[in-house]
Amino acid sequence: MADISYRDAVTIALREALREDDRMFIMGEDIGLYGGPYAVTKGFVEEFGRERVIDTPISESAMVGAGTGSAMGGMHPVVEIMTINFTLLAMDQIVNHAAKLRYMSAGQYTVPMIIRTVTGGGAQLAATHSQSLEGWFASVPGLKVVTPATPYDALGLFRSVRNEQDPVIFVEHILLYSTRGEVPDDHYLVPLGKADVKRRGDDLTLVAYSRMVQVALDAAEELAGRGINAEVIDLRSLRPLDIGTVVESVKRTGHAIVVEEAWRTGGFGAEIASQIQEQAFDHLDAPIGRVAGAEVPTPYSQPLEMLAIPSLESVVAAVESALGR
Amino acid sequence: MAKELVMPQMGYDMQQGTVVRWIKKEGDQVVRGEPVAEIETDKAVVEMESIGGGVLRKIIAPEGTVAQVGEVIGIIAEPDEDISSLEAKGPKPAATAPPAPKASPAPAKAPAAEQPPAPASAGEIKASPVAKRLAQELGVNLGQVTGTGPGGRIIREDVEAAAQGPAAQPAAPAPAAAAPAEAGRTELTRMRQAIARITSISKQQIPHYYVGNEIDMTAAMEMRRQVNEKIGGDPRVTVNDLIIKAVTIALSDFPALNASFKDDHLETHPYVNIGIAIDLEQGLIVPSIANCEAKSLVEIARASTDLGKRAQEGRLHESEYSGGTFSISNLGTLDVDTFSAIILPPQSAVLAVGSVKKRPVVDDSDQIVVRQMMNTTLSADHRVSDGAEGARFLQELKRLLENPVSLVM
Repeated sequence: MADISYRDAVTIALREALREDDRMFIMGEDIGLYGGPYAVTKGFVEEFGRERVIDTPISESAMVGAGTGSAMGGMHPVVEIMTINFTLLAMDQIVNHAAKLRYMSAGQYTVPMIIRTVTGGGAQLAATHSQSLEGWFASVPGLKVVTPATPYDALGLFRSVRNEQDPVIFVEHILLYSTRGEVPDDHYLVPLGKADVKRRGDDLTLVAYSRMVQVALDAAEELAGRGINAEVIDLRSLRPLDIGTVVESVKRTGHAIVVEEAWRTGGFGAEIASQIQEQAFDHLDAPIGRVAGAEVPTPYSQPLEMLAIPSLESVVAAVESALGR
Repeated sequence: MAKELVMPQMGYDMQQGTVVRWIKKEGDQVVRGEPVAEIETDKAVVEMESIGGGVLRKIIAPEGTVAQVGEVIGIIAEPDEDISSLEAKGPKPAATAPPAPKASPAPAKAPAAEQPPAPASAGEIKASPVAKRLAQELGVNLGQVTGTGPGGRIIREDVEAAAQGPAAQPAAPAPAAAAPAEAGRTELTRMRQAIARITSISKQQIPHYYVGNEIDMTAAMEMRRQVNEKIGGDPRVTVNDLIIKAVTIALSDFPALNASFKDDHLETHPYVNIGIAIDLEQGLIVPSIANCEAKSLVEIARASTDLGKRAQEGRLHESEYSGGTFSISNLGTLDVDTFSAIILPPQSAVLAVGSVKKRPVVDDSDQIVVRQMMNTTLSADHRVSDGAEGARFLQELKRLLENPVSLVM
């Protein structure tokens, strides 16, 4: 076992991929000579050369378009979009082209492209750079959306994503890069579409993904001190979605609270809540609770930003209210 | 800052209580921790202490009112504080037991027009989905269940409690053949209801096992005589006190018998609170002596004398009802040789003790001698411990009582 950071996990995953897969190359803004805006690709140009580690202009639509074309032609591109906020510039390429080509060509083409991007707030980057838009992509058939919350899952999921024939949005979280965790020395995979129970508990089920998993775990620890044993489920991928693990848990606990950083209205948590009530209605002992980001453009002011993002306190409050404590 | 006085939970299964008497009147000064009212639970009258200081501004539940646990029964605030927003809350009108349905022969025909109104259907009652489903499965009428969830919603626990409790729908009685005399009917007191509920839960949920042995009490009885002679009868050390002391010492080697089963784990208690089964006129209660592990034999004797006296007067503290970790039931004074007791949840074991009697015994040199013998039977939760462990506990108990000097060390 090694204790590594989330950043290390992504670096290891990318380096491993570039070494093992000749068809793989990476492109993005400042990923080459600068080493990547989050220092994930430091030293990559030196090791793999400028043909496989390509610095691009600020041109998200062109990057994704080029990635799609190369994937159709047999390559295995990793396109890095610096933050998920900038995917908006490439929305047409992602949703209308990359996600559709396999279907519209009746399988003549596949698009095995990995789009790495960074979600989330909390870094005082203000309203246009702090959004959590992964739920939007998760509603598009033809895409896969992966949201690791730990170094272990980041490395294991990236390895699995390399085997996908469809475009994958690989969503990293800006506040997770420095978090640490154990990973085995031996090769392992974390499959897509398999949620992970990060903490066992019988009193209620907290459902989360990405950084909110850590918030839910912290809240569960606090709740344990108050005599409430919360189960924490990390979805790990939003599409494919493993609702079975969630439903099984809720049938046991009778209570579910979905935690997400995105805005509440139309948030992916609404989809989770909906599927829970469809499949576990007769087991619910209270309405399904939701904790989500405040419905405002993310404030630049740090105290206000903290209030706009779900926290240990807001999760604990939601749990106690659901349980009538 | 105004504070709501709510019906306290005194004992793990308490659902409601009656305000018997307000010790403080409206307008009286109250210090935090001071008794403000007397609450009757299923088992006794207990003083309720104030959770804050100030003036008892408003009595919401007058004497005689039945209130659910958690319901507001009074308000404590500063003399000039505005409490109008709190006054709106309060218990529902005094709950009275629903009248017992009169036994009547089933009508041969029941014309549709004369059918009684259907009981309130689940759809009109605020209940969680799982509560509704369970109610149907368990045959519980939700109209008779009090909700304890947010906003008074009936939740799973409420239905489960109702299914265990007296409110559950009775099974339709078999039609009696023409009987010459009518069967008698006695309404259950709340204490009998509680005993029925707790013993049923225990026997339904706890897989009991039983092991018994015979203990030579001759040396212990002699030591007891000497101790009582020395301390002059204040307090008087009883046989049961010797057993409490011996059990306490023995439990230190058997933590699983001083523990609670919690579904996926065991909660072992860092202290030994021995519950003593006390036979009152109204029924059985099992209050406990706290921290026996820190008490000498004489201190235990003093505590048990005091506990027995206050039990007779109905003046026990709330913690004494719910705090036991192991219980002893002694029917020795009633000329009982052996019996088996029912475990009091959430404890995991109970010791049943019979009379000390002179009996012929074959001693180590094969001589028949007269010794004072006593039988004990341990009932224990098989989820927590196994028979061999219970047997080893009894061996240790026997060793301690047959070599009683360790009880006064």
